Amino acid sequence: MLPAQFDGLMPIVILMGIAVLLFTGGHFLSVLLAPKKPSHLKSTPYECGEIPVGSAWSAFNVRFYVVGLIFIIFDVESVLMFPVASIFREMNDMGEGGYILVIFLSFISVLIEGIGYCWRKGDLDWVRSYQVSLKNNK
Amino acid sequence: MNQTVVSYLSQYEFYDFLIKLFGNNQTLLAATIYVLFSGIIVAVMATIGGLGTYAERKISADIQQRIGPNRVGPYGILQFLADGVKMITKEDVMPFTADKMLFYLAPMLALIGVFATLAVLPWSSGFMMADLNVGVFYLIAISSLVGVSVFLGGYASNSKWSMLGGLRGASQIISYEIPVTISVLAITLLAGGMSFGTILSHQQGLPTNWFLFHNPFAFVAGFVYFVGALAETNRAPFDLPEAESELVSGYHTEYTGMRFGFFALAEYIEVFVVCGVGAALFLGGGNLPFDTDLDIIPTQLVQVTIFMTKTLLLYYVVIWIRWTFPRLRVDQLMAICWKYLTPIAIVNLMGCAIWLVVFNGKSMAGLLFGSH
Repeated sequence: MLPAQFDGLMPIVILMGIAVLLFTGGHFLSVLLAPKKPSHLKSTPYECGEIPVGSAWSAFNVRFYVVGLIFIIFDVESVLMFPVASIFREMNDMGEGGYILVIFLSFISVLIEGIGYCWRKGDLDWVRSYQVSLKNNK
Repeated sequence: MNQTVVSYLSQYEFYDFLIKLFGNNQTLLAATIYVLFSGIIVAVMATIGGLGTYAERKISADIQQRIGPNRVGPYGILQFLADGVKMITKEDVMPFTADKMLFYLAPMLALIGVFATLAVLPWSSGFMMADLNVGVFYLIAISSLVGVSVFLGGYASNSKWSMLGGLRGASQIISYEIPVTISVLAITLLAGGMSFGTILSHQQGLPTNWFLFHNPFAFVAGFVYFVGALAETNRAPFDLPEAESELVSGYHTEYTGMRFGFFALAEYIEVFVVCGVGAALFLGGGNLPFDTDLDIIPTQLVQVTIFMTKTLLLYYVVIWIRWTFPRLRVDQLMAICWKYLTPIAIVNLMGCAIWLVVFNGKSMAGLLFGSH
């Protein structure tokens, strides 16, 4: 038996199903209609005509990883703010505006502290080592 | 939800026919109706996505004083159909080094992510597929699937251009999600709820009731949202993941034929969705500026028209921006997101919260003219 909440979510499931159907359908059509003349050279990864050297799955710039970490911190914090934001107006109408404002602002101040820390550490600069060395040489 | 659909339908004569068809199974009846409407929406969106490519080429031609596509159909308007047929009949090439499963999955994830966002898009006050109580929250969450598909496409191709494009795309999309989320948070604060129904009900009436003009902070938040949304959909000047002059075409370098077509379709529909959400959050959605005594169906149709007009105007601005500004560099991109947009968005959020408490929820117009 389906849960009662499913009613509201049914359109989403249906639209996702349509996306899958559209994809498989289009793919099936292309399998039917498209020519198939595979060759080894054709299925090498494209590198502007050169024969590729090595795999693309190699080490990459560590900055992407740092950006990912900063994102997770801010994303979780904004997720935590959504419930407060959605009852903010209601609380204000009840006459508790000052109380919830103080709570909200103190939570945001933690967020600002976080971004300030990252900024000061130089993690918001894309080319960090260069910028940090510039600062140290001054 | 089912109850409302069924009770609405029971006013009409063909309801007896539906009862004969489904018995008293309301879930099945509602499901059929949803499938029908989903089909209509998807067909309309696919057409708009296709016409988006045409509009893009025609407007760019206009800006660069060229003619643009003019061969297929009157004024070349059927160009997108020709492109679609071409894509279906192209050979499907997959690099032999690729991760086949993920390579197959990536465009599908993009499509699923974009189509799932269509469910909460508020076409009019009555016509939303699912008016979830966590509407905007769900939208932000599910649209991240597109970011996953961009990275997956780049990774699975096992080509260096794709890998770089995918990495850039992933870092760009997740970075710009922060200012967008915080701007949306400011609107949630002002509306007092996350559902699109609540948000739209606060913006009824004249444009002075739109959240864009609610207070100065919300005005700035609107622009932060728009810039962030441009970056999230990989549109120029933030199209680094597919920068054709540096990365060939980024994460979809290795994609050919129909799979590339699905990536492109997902991208164009996503631009439409993002513009539609912008119109609903900041520009009053499909609300009529005055009261009418129309019947329920014509009112909804007028609202859909207003919503589509606003959305397509924003869509035009997106295309206009693409052909006006040069592309950013990666470090500039990150600096704009983290050092400008995010702090501005946080200040806007605080400003909105303080405004709400100090002026007791009144908008600028309400303060000036003493109404609402």
